[in-house]
Amino acid sequence: MPLAKRIIPCLDVDQGRVVKGIQFVDLVDAGDPVEQAQVYNREGADELVFLDITATHEGRGIIHEIVRRTAEQVFIPLTVGGGIRTMEDMRDMLHAGADKVAINSAAIKTPDLITECGRAFGAQCVVVAIDVKRRRQGGWEVYTHGGRRPTGIDGLQWAIEVETRGAGELLVTSMDRDGTQIGYDIELLQEIDRRVQLPVIASGGAGTVEHFRDALMVGRAHAVLAASMFHFKQVTLSEVKQFLHDSGITVRRI
Amino acid sequence: MIAIIDYGIGNLRSIERALQHVSDHVVRTDNPETILQAQRLILPGVGAFGACIEEVRKRQLEQPILDAVARKIPFLGVCVGMQMLFETSSELGIHAGLGLMKGHIRELSPPDSALKVPHMGWNIVKPLCQNVLFDGIPDHAYCYFAHSFYATENDPNDVIASTEYGEELPVAFASDHVYGVQFHPEKSHNIGLRILSNFATLA
Repeated sequence: MPLAKRIIPCLDVDQGRVVKGIQFVDLVDAGDPVEQAQVYNREGADELVFLDITATHEGRGIIHEIVRRTAEQVFIPLTVGGGIRTMEDMRDMLHAGADKVAINSAAIKTPDLITECGRAFGAQCVVVAIDVKRRRQGGWEVYTHGGRRPTGIDGLQWAIEVETRGAGELLVTSMDRDGTQIGYDIELLQEIDRRVQLPVIASGGAGTVEHFRDALMVGRAHAVLAASMFHFKQVTLSEVKQFLHDSGITVRRI
Repeated sequence: MIAIIDYGIGNLRSIERALQHVSDHVVRTDNPETILQAQRLILPGVGAFGACIEEVRKRQLEQPILDAVARKIPFLGVCVGMQMLFETSSELGIHAGLGLMKGHIRELSPPDSALKVPHMGWNIVKPLCQNVLFDGIPDHAYCYFAHSFYATENDPNDVIASTEYGEELPVAFASDHVYGVQFHPEKSHNIGLRILSNFATLA
């Protein structure tokens, strides 16, 4: 039996509240993160991702507190990302109760951070988040700072480098699809799968159960992440898992 | 009282809170006296084997642990805590374990190269015999794993559950009142809580 494919609700947190935007802007309030985490835990989420999108320094303490409170009540793996700049930041998150930490802009700025964190805490807790946008001339470009800053870096090349530097997992977000609910960028997932061995979490575009199936079967992702679909209760985790199970995909059902 | 042995490595909050779900008397301790008085002991562990066992020894907790085990109280090792129950580990050099169970800790090398190391994620734990630790656990129950090393060359009588990852891996052990699980019950949702509850209530 292979490992179960994971279904991961994502909570974008701003100033202590869950928010959700479309293509990284137009945020709407979607509730209390700890309460929301408990609901997803009960419904059978395989893992939770918290992305701290608070830009301010004061916001940092809030996310620690949210992670700490969640880890005390939710007994599934927790991944936390957003604003992680140093090894110290990562250590603090792990101490707050995160099982894995996602780095994005800092990995681009200081690629050695991937290797150093992997050595210090184990590669399994180092997730590199890659936000990409399609280029008109083909391919994908990496963006940082919550999708605000283009880097000129090729997404597929970056995925390869991230693997070489010793990350444990990739969280790949298509900015073109984020919040649109028109489906994951399957071609992007396939191109990455062709180049790296690392487990890939597909993100950006989930709108129907078929989208999950396609990302896992056609895009060969190891996990699928979604926010709006679950926040706005368009589908429950158990409905998703039933559908995937019926489609012949190994999922953990509770 | 269930005592979690705290030798300064890793975050024990998850396992502590998971145990508090199933028991009213949970403490975290590095005090040899408390370890000797506990009715049940949990030995957690994350990271490298050598670093963990070294901290246990540096804090002079090895003898109290062995004495507590000699008193026949229920004892549960989790993840690297489980690995420390065995004779040796070859993770980053050769390290002696507590020697409470027969076997050695070696690196995973799945026969299928598509299977990655670490073995990380949700996998099915298959009980191999009747054991109170798995009371009420359905067939095909998933538990959460995150490890690159595993226990091998065991006494087959000690192996109470296995998981398939390219090959059959022994992932839960029982030898008299000493138990060990390679997965993380504190991250394995209701299945994990049930296993901890079984441990907290076993006679």
